[in-house]
Amino acid sequence: MAEDHKDGFHRRIVEARGGTMAVLTAIAISIGGLVEIVPMFSAKLGPEHLAGVTPLTPLEVAGRDIYIREGCVTCHSQMIRPMRAEMLRYGEWTRAGEYEYDHPFLLGSRRTGPDLQREGGKYPDAWHYQHMKDPRSTSPGSIMPTYPWLYGARVDPLEVAATVRTLRKVGVPYTDAVIAGIPQQMRAEGSEIVASLRTGGFTAEPDEEIVALIAYLQRLGKDGTAAIKAGATAALP
Amino acid sequence: MATASGTASPPAYDDATVRLFFIATVTWALVGMLVGVILALQLAWWPANMGIAQLTFGRLRPLHTNAVVFAFCGNVCFTGIYYSMQRLLKTRMWSDTLSRLHFWGWQLIIVSAALTLPFGLTQTHEYAELIWPIDWAITVVWVIFAINFFGTIAVRKVDHLYVAIWFYMSFVITIAVLHIVNNIQIPATLTRSYPVFGGLTDALVQWWYGHNAVAFFLTTPFLGLMYYFLPRAVEKPVYSYRLSIIHFWSLVFLYIWAGPHHLLYSAVPEWAQTLGMVFSIMLIAPSWGGMINGLLTLRGAWDRVRTDPILKFMVVSVSFYGMATFEGPLLSIRAVNGLGHFTNWIIGHVHSGALGWNGMLSFAILYWLYPRLFGRPLLKPEWVTTHFWIATTGIVLYTVSMWAAGLTEGLFWRAIDATTGQLRYPVWAYVVQKLEPFYWMRLAGGTLFLAGVVLMAVNFIISARAERATTLATGDALPARA
Repeated sequence: MAEDHKDGFHRRIVEARGGTMAVLTAIAISIGGLVEIVPMFSAKLGPEHLAGVTPLTPLEVAGRDIYIREGCVTCHSQMIRPMRAEMLRYGEWTRAGEYEYDHPFLLGSRRTGPDLQREGGKYPDAWHYQHMKDPRSTSPGSIMPTYPWLYGARVDPLEVAATVRTLRKVGVPYTDAVIAGIPQQMRAEGSEIVASLRTGGFTAEPDEEIVALIAYLQRLGKDGTAAIKAGATAALP
Repeated sequence: MATASGTASPPAYDDATVRLFFIATVTWALVGMLVGVILALQLAWWPANMGIAQLTFGRLRPLHTNAVVFAFCGNVCFTGIYYSMQRLLKTRMWSDTLSRLHFWGWQLIIVSAALTLPFGLTQTHEYAELIWPIDWAITVVWVIFAINFFGTIAVRKVDHLYVAIWFYMSFVITIAVLHIVNNIQIPATLTRSYPVFGGLTDALVQWWYGHNAVAFFLTTPFLGLMYYFLPRAVEKPVYSYRLSIIHFWSLVFLYIWAGPHHLLYSAVPEWAQTLGMVFSIMLIAPSWGGMINGLLTLRGAWDRVRTDPILKFMVVSVSFYGMATFEGPLLSIRAVNGLGHFTNWIIGHVHSGALGWNGMLSFAILYWLYPRLFGRPLLKPEWVTTHFWIATTGIVLYTVSMWAAGLTEGLFWRAIDATTGQLRYPVWAYVVQKLEPFYWMRLAGGTLFLAGVVLMAVNFIISARAERATTLATGDALPARA
């Protein structure tokens, strides 16, 4: 089947001209991406908005940065699929609007551990405090690493402010008032978690990394769950 | 491929750069796969992280993927491209300075990846975890490579661009586009940045990137390498020129659409998910076109596969390419994806591609190049066959254990008790513990694969240090009839 297409179109026009080949290749690889990605920016074809979903608080943002740093996303997804078994295990399937302020997205691709989309409120703060220190004390048989370095390490409000300001630049609606009050707000929120940990028998400081992480984990899915419930109620005749 | 046989005198070619990329390939193969083995051990026995933050799974996993994809596979692509391009175009690379800048720049990027990822400095986008200053460095180095690449095409001494060059070109162009678009980020500090795209748009852009990193970093350049090195090793021309045209254009056009199959059953708009699934299924055709063209190039030479370990590596590689590109479309079908997604089946799938297709083809190329680049034979040629069997056994253990683990967890997660209507296995850790035997089996497979690479590296080292028994000419003084 040895062919010799010395005068074929491809040989004359494409193979003999590197520039033509490069342009044609660039066109061929651009079409699919343009067709799939550009409509995501249209209100009609793109992801739907979900009323009631609000941006994270500064302490939760700090917790999210720790979640990113530790690579939690390599083992935990944040995406409940619309399947019966998933909804029995995790709750309502995830709506597009729940991710609206996620920069970057953290859907995950592998579940070595369970999904965390609706982790918020599932367990008390003290459970998380103990779980991150020794996962097997709360979940026998778990293969999750221990995270002792989150205890004692402090969150710097200046770093959090840098994050929040950047998130505003990419479209998350933080007001000037929120940005100006970051240290106070973090302290107030952190103190609430410290108080709830105290009732569980643990002592912590409001600016410890573990406190910020707990704040984030306890927020996961809260807005979405409430919004979905409200939407379902509103849709009833 | 008569154009590949050259009469140009060897000193016309810059093989010093090729030798550097060769050495880097072997080095990073050892590092990347060792990290993989450590991670495999951690999943079987979690205390293997020794309580060190930098060694925990979440921080080390991106180092493994980056080291294997960009360090090992990247360097082997550059080795093969710099070697074959000069011979196919009958000219030295356009600029020696750019070649060196490309080499050292790329190694510096890899070292900086190893110095940032374990410290939790990450953007979290899979295979695009590196922080923004490194992203900028990648852009600069890639532009250097592209200028050198197109410069070499411009000064070529042959009229036509051989099929391998087409595939290399799609690699150079597409990786540039993907890398830039997926890394549009606003820096917050020197080490942290946040993407301009958010939510599901960010997810869709990332998987457009992520899937096409597989397509244009692990598939098209390797197909280019296959189109050069397989005919050279077999000493026969490629089976079909027409098939190579059809499968090249359909492959580069169709692959770009497949990204959304990573987001099936998510809240990404239904139309995008369906496009991703349909185009993924269509991809079987051009993928198998490449496989067929590769395997049929061996027509009339199959007897040599029995005796030539380099051909053994190549045949298994192309066969794994065929298997992985069948499994991919299969997993892109919504119903199958519903079972396989989030499970170890996906880990098995990517490793049948990475170990089978990329790994085995790389080893074949390295063994074929060694005497030609270093001007001396291997001291232990029989070890090449040993390496082949160790590696093949390792891949089989790896993929079989991960298929079994993936199906196990997929079925356990979805099992519902018919009478109560509740989950049969509500306790997560129960399912995790069921996977332990498979994790040990995978560790054995991965360790064998790594052992094969160690054997190869030792063979290269002792051959380099041995008394020069036979002096082989480098470059095109060798039979180059392919």
